[in-house]
Amino acid sequence: MNEKTIPQQLTVYDVVIIGGGGSALSCAIAAKTKGLKVIIVSKSSITSSQTAQAQGGINSVFGNTDDTVESHISDTLKSASGVGDHDAISFMCKNGSNAIEWLDGLGVPFSRNDENGIAKRKLGGASYKRACYSSDYTGLKILHTLYDTAIKLDIEIVEHCMLLDLIKKENKVVGITYLDIKTTEVKYILSSNTVLATGGYSGVYNGFTTNNKNTTGDGVVAGFRAGVELENMEFVQFHPTALKDKFILISESARGEGGYLVDKDGNRFVDELLPRDIVAREIYKKIKNNEEVFLDLRHLGHEKVFHLLPQEYKLILQFTSLKMDEDLIPITPAAHYTMGGLKCNKDSETSLNNLYAIGEVCSNGVHGANRLGGNSLLEIIVFGKQLGDSLKAKNISADSCSDCVKEAINKNKESINKLFIDHCEMNFYLFREKLGIVMFENVGLFRSDKTLNIALEFIEYLENNMNNFGIEDKSTIFNTNLLELFEFKNMVICSKAIILSALNRRESRGSHYREDFQSSVDTFEFKTIIDNSFKIKMVK
Amino acid sequence: MKLIINNNEYEIDDKITNLLDAFLYIKENINKGLAFSYGCKSGVCGSCSVRVNGTEKLACTNNCKELDEILPLKNLPVTRDLIVDNSNIKIKLSHANAFLSEKSTKMITQSDVLDIDIESSCILCNSCYSSCPVYSVNDSFLGPFALTRVFRYINDTKEINIQTKLDLIQTNGVWDCTLCGACNLVCPQNIDIKGDILKLQNLSVQNGHVNPMFSSASNSGFNSDFDNTFGGGFNPNGF
Repeated sequence: MNEKTIPQQLTVYDVVIIGGGGSALSCAIAAKTKGLKVIIVSKSSITSSQTAQAQGGINSVFGNTDDTVESHISDTLKSASGVGDHDAISFMCKNGSNAIEWLDGLGVPFSRNDENGIAKRKLGGASYKRACYSSDYTGLKILHTLYDTAIKLDIEIVEHCMLLDLIKKENKVVGITYLDIKTTEVKYILSSNTVLATGGYSGVYNGFTTNNKNTTGDGVVAGFRAGVELENMEFVQFHPTALKDKFILISESARGEGGYLVDKDGNRFVDELLPRDIVAREIYKKIKNNEEVFLDLRHLGHEKVFHLLPQEYKLILQFTSLKMDEDLIPITPAAHYTMGGLKCNKDSETSLNNLYAIGEVCSNGVHGANRLGGNSLLEIIVFGKQLGDSLKAKNISADSCSDCVKEAINKNKESINKLFIDHCEMNFYLFREKLGIVMFENVGLFRSDKTLNIALEFIEYLENNMNNFGIEDKSTIFNTNLLELFEFKNMVICSKAIILSALNRRESRGSHYREDFQSSVDTFEFKTIIDNSFKIKMVK
Repeated sequence: MKLIINNNEYEIDDKITNLLDAFLYIKENINKGLAFSYGCKSGVCGSCSVRVNGTEKLACTNNCKELDEILPLKNLPVTRDLIVDNSNIKIKLSHANAFLSEKSTKMITQSDVLDIDIESSCILCNSCYSSCPVYSVNDSFLGPFALTRVFRYINDTKEINIQTKLDLIQTNGVWDCTLCGACNLVCPQNIDIKGDILKLQNLSVQNGHVNPMFSSASNSGFNSDFDNTFGGGFNPNGF
C-alpha cells in the first residue's frame, strides 16, 4: 500500500466528536456556538443513539423547593458508595439548573407543574422530587431538540461511520481513523481536539440488556488501545424493571409515581424506591428461584398511568397485549448502564493530550459504584456543554501528521483486507449470543470467584480463536457483518476488563455484588484501574 | 414460518413472532449478508422501518406472520437490501428551518407543552416519507415529517419567529401536500401529520400567503372581479 492510496485531507478540524447522543451534541453545539470548526462522526443515525431511550428524567435542583444542591450531592455520593469523586459530583450537581435552563431555551418541552414551573418527579435514591421530565420521552425529546439545534447551527455530521482507532503523534491525539460503513472505506479526520462520546458497554450482556445495539464499547476500546486507562469497569447497573423476555426498559418513573413490585401471590416484597442495585437483586433472587415478579400499577388508575407513562403503555401493549393500568406486568432485571469507562478528570481530560471523553464512555467519578436515576442525562448535558465551552482551537499541521496517518490507516486497511480474503472459520454470532448469556449469568447481579472464572475462561477461549472469526458477507456496501464483527471484538475486550476488575474487587459495593464477599471493605474503597496490558491497580 | 424479504423466501423458527427477531434470526443463521438497520428494539430510535405487505412498519414493534412480504422503504435510494439512504432527514429539516429560531420570554404552561407533545415525539423513522405519494413525484417536497416538525416549532409558545418559518414552507411545502393522509396511517407515533399540514395551510393564509393553486386557478380560468389579495386557501377536502 503506498502513499497515493491515502486521500489527502485538507481540512483540519478544531473538534472531532465521535458519537451521536446527548453528550456529543451538547459538546458540538457549545463548541460550534463559540466559532470552532466541529464535526460529529456517528456509527448510527444521530437520533438512533442511546439517549433516546432515557425516560425517567434529568436531575436538577432549582425553584421553590426544600431540595438543595447539597442534598443532591449527598444522594449522589451515597449511591456512588465511597468511590465517587466529590469534586466531579459537586460540579455536576451545581450545574443542574444551568443545564435545564439551557435545554429549555433550546426548545426541550419539559412538562410543567400547576405553578407553570418545570415539573419534577421523585426517582429512586433521591431525597426529593428532583427529576425534570417530558412525559416519559425525556431522553428522546432532549436528543431531538439537540439534533434540531445542531441542524440550525449547520454542524457537520457524518453518519454510519464507526470509530476504528485514534491517531497518535507522540503522546498527543491528532484525530481518528474510521470505517465508512456505507462503502467499507477506511477514512480519517485530523483535529486539534478529539472527543470520545461513544456511549457505554452494556452491549456485552447481549440479549439481557435494555440498551441499543450500538453500546458495544467502541470508544472505550479505542481509547484503551491508545493507552488510556480503564476505570471501575466492574460497576454495571442492572435496572430492576425490564419487560420479561423482551428486555425493554420500564422506566423508574413507574415506581417513582407509586407503582408496586409484587410476587406471584401479589405481595410486595421490597421497598420499590430503594437504590436500583438493591431492588434489582431482590427481584433477581426470586427469578433465580423460578418465581415470577410483576410491576403493579393498577391502583394508580388509567388516567395517571396513561398520561405519565404513554410510551411504556404503548410499548407493553404492543409487545405483550397487556395493559399497564389493568394487568400485572412481568418483569426482570437487565443490564442498563455502565459506570466504568475511560479514566478522565472532571474537565473530561484523559491521560492523552487533546483527547477527551464525555458521557457513558468515560469514568469521571460522578457515578462511582452506582448511578443515581436521573443523573445520566444530567451528566451528558453538563459535561458535554462544559467541554464544548472550554475547548480551544490549536495549531496542527496536516503535513506533520502524515506519517502517523499513513501508519494508522494502513494498519486498519490491512486487517479489513485480510477479513475479505480469509475464509470465515467460526460464526461469531453464535459466540456473541453465548457471550451475553455467560456475562449475565456469571458477571451479572451476583458474582463470585467461581462464576467470574467461568466467564474468564470463556473470554480466553474467544481470544484464542479471535483470528478464526471472520465475515461471510464480502460485499463492500453497508456490510453489517463486518461492522458487527468489529463490535464483537470490542465486546470481548470490555468483557475481559469487567471480569478482571470484578475478580480483583473482593468485596461488595454499589452495583458490584459478590456472593463470596458480601460486605464492603474499607481497603477496597478505591477505584479499579486497568492499563492496556490488563494490569490492575487500585487508586484513591 | 416463511417470510419473503426482497423476493427471497426465508424459513424461520416458528417460535419467532417479532419481525426484528426474524431478521436477526436470518442474519445469524441463514444469510449473514442480509442488511437491515435497527437500534433500540423498543420503538424509539426510528431506524428499523420497512414495508410489510406494502405498509410501513417498525420491525421492532411489529409481529410477523406466514408469507409476510418485506421490502425497504419507498421514495428513498436503497443502499442495500432493507437499508435506505436516510440523508434526506437532515437536508429536509435544514431546508424547513425545523428548529427554535428565536426564543420568546413568555411563560410556558402545561397546556403549551401538551400542544406540541405529540409532534415532539416524532422519531424520524421516514415511514411517512415512504408512504407519501407527492414525494414519489417531487423529491423537492419538504414532506410530512419536516412539515410536522415545523408545526411543532411554530406552535411552540417559545418561538417568536413564526413568519419566517411560514415563508420557508410555501414552495415545495404546505400547498404541495394533497392531504391524502397516508402519512397518518403509517406514523408509529400516531402523529396527525395531515392535520398539522392543514393547520400550517390555515396559518399561512392568516399570515398573508396565498394558496398558489387557488391563485393560478383564479388567474387562468375564472374571470373574477374579486380582489384576491385577501388570500384564500384551497381545501381539497371541501370543508
